[in-house]
Amino acid sequence: MSEAAQHQLIVSVSPHIKSEETVSQIMWTVSAALLPAFLASAYFFGPRGLIVQLVTIASCLAFEAFSQKVVNKPVTLSDGSAFLTGLLLAFNLPANIPLYVPIVGSFVAISITKHLFGGLGYNIFNPALVGRAFVLISWPRQMTTWMAPVSSFTSVDVVSQATPLNVAKLDGMAKLLEQFDGSKIQLYKSLLMGQISGSLGETSALLILIGGLFLLFKKYITWHVPVPFIATVVIVALVTGNDPVFHLLAGGLMLGAFFMATDYVTGPATRRGQIVFGVMCGLLTMLIRLKGGYPEGVMFAILIMNCFAPLLDRRLRTTTFGAVKKKEAST
Amino acid sequence: MDFVKLLELVIAASLINNFVFTRFLGLCIFFGVSKKMETAVGMSITFTMVMVVSAAVSWLIYTYLMVPYELTFLKIIIFIGVVAALVQASDTVMRKISPVLYYKLGVYLALIATNCIIIAVPLINSGEGYNFIESLFFGLGSGLGFSLALIIMASIREKLELADVPAPFRGMPLAFVTTGLIALAFTGFAGLITL
Repeated sequence: MSEAAQHQLIVSVSPHIKSEETVSQIMWTVSAALLPAFLASAYFFGPRGLIVQLVTIASCLAFEAFSQKVVNKPVTLSDGSAFLTGLLLAFNLPANIPLYVPIVGSFVAISITKHLFGGLGYNIFNPALVGRAFVLISWPRQMTTWMAPVSSFTSVDVVSQATPLNVAKLDGMAKLLEQFDGSKIQLYKSLLMGQISGSLGETSALLILIGGLFLLFKKYITWHVPVPFIATVVIVALVTGNDPVFHLLAGGLMLGAFFMATDYVTGPATRRGQIVFGVMCGLLTMLIRLKGGYPEGVMFAILIMNCFAPLLDRRLRTTTFGAVKKKEAST
Repeated sequence: MDFVKLLELVIAASLINNFVFTRFLGLCIFFGVSKKMETAVGMSITFTMVMVVSAAVSWLIYTYLMVPYELTFLKIIIFIGVVAALVQASDTVMRKISPVLYYKLGVYLALIATNCIIIAVPLINSGEGYNFIESLFFGLGSGLGFSLALIIMASIREKLELADVPAPFRGMPLAFVTTGLIALAFTGFAGLITL
């Protein structure tokens, strides 16, 4: 909606609640919450990580402008939504990815997943996750060749190394612990700080958690999705006899739970729906991690639940206060 | 009878190898009736019922008539005949016994006769050598998977009615894109159960 149209809006009955918050403000605040993790990715993966970040963000912005031009809509790069999509997409890529991969991913994320469905606010699926899923099945080898963190920013050596979840799945936990001198504390510490191989933004659970708590504190997200999501993962890990702390800190759980599953547009709008959404995301994540063909299930879990979000909203709609209960409507 | 195997069969047929999202079968009905939730639900119920019954009847005919008389090379023609006859019969029976149900579901029954999933299930059953109970559960899983696909799609399409979609993509084209993206999400189920 343009600035002029907003001012023409006529509202009738009081009370009126005024809020200073706009879409672009939310988008930029969420991006700011990801800043620590962004800086960490440059610290852990060196210039290579930075280049992937910048290329992904730039191509997302370019496709945003291109798509809006094509459909004759005002170009709104400054609202930060394409910037945020680019940031999240880059967070899901390995540092040593060939640079055409993020460009294709950005096209799928912005032009197909967002603008074909009517632009910001109408997309059914999380754009960054669809971009990621698309490039994962298009270039499975490049997308699963992970780079170990570099020793210093100027180091040029690239060592490829499997992610902790990958090692745990293929060789078992014992093998993984060997990498950390057999000490669980050492493993947890590395997962928390980010001294592990993996996607650019998902390595440091602590920094993502700080960003997520910041958003919770600012009330931009509520606990209804992330808490059931994370709690379910921990409970399933406990019940099935796996290491709950490892499953909590490894992979993209923090990033997914706080920054992707909480998307206003692609998740359910009702509170009850959000809790069900979170629990189901957690169950699917653990199902894929423990039994599936992929080592990490957060992305697919959220995408699958995105499909169900409109249905959850329909089934768990709250009754309007004061409404007479009609015969079960044939919905 | 191994209960776990049957459960795996249902999950595999409904989620992992969902007919719509991984085999891309039955798309004509899928796009045709997923526009509204009401029709989608009606179709789902009818479809699942017909699927289970036709899987059972085709299995009996295959095992007790076609195999002993070495007629298995005719299975495509015979299965088509069986399904068509079955659909016609249930159409007639339902009209007499329960006119209300007939008026609710009758129109979908005729559509089902031309669906490719309904012919794929007996063919897969005979190809995989499933026994009677397994065939029943495979039919049930396929029916549930198709119902799930239809209901998800109907809820998404009803939401998209309100969206500001670019004119060339309104309606059917966007429905195809949506199906592609759901299929992308469903690849996450790959490798869950290896039968």
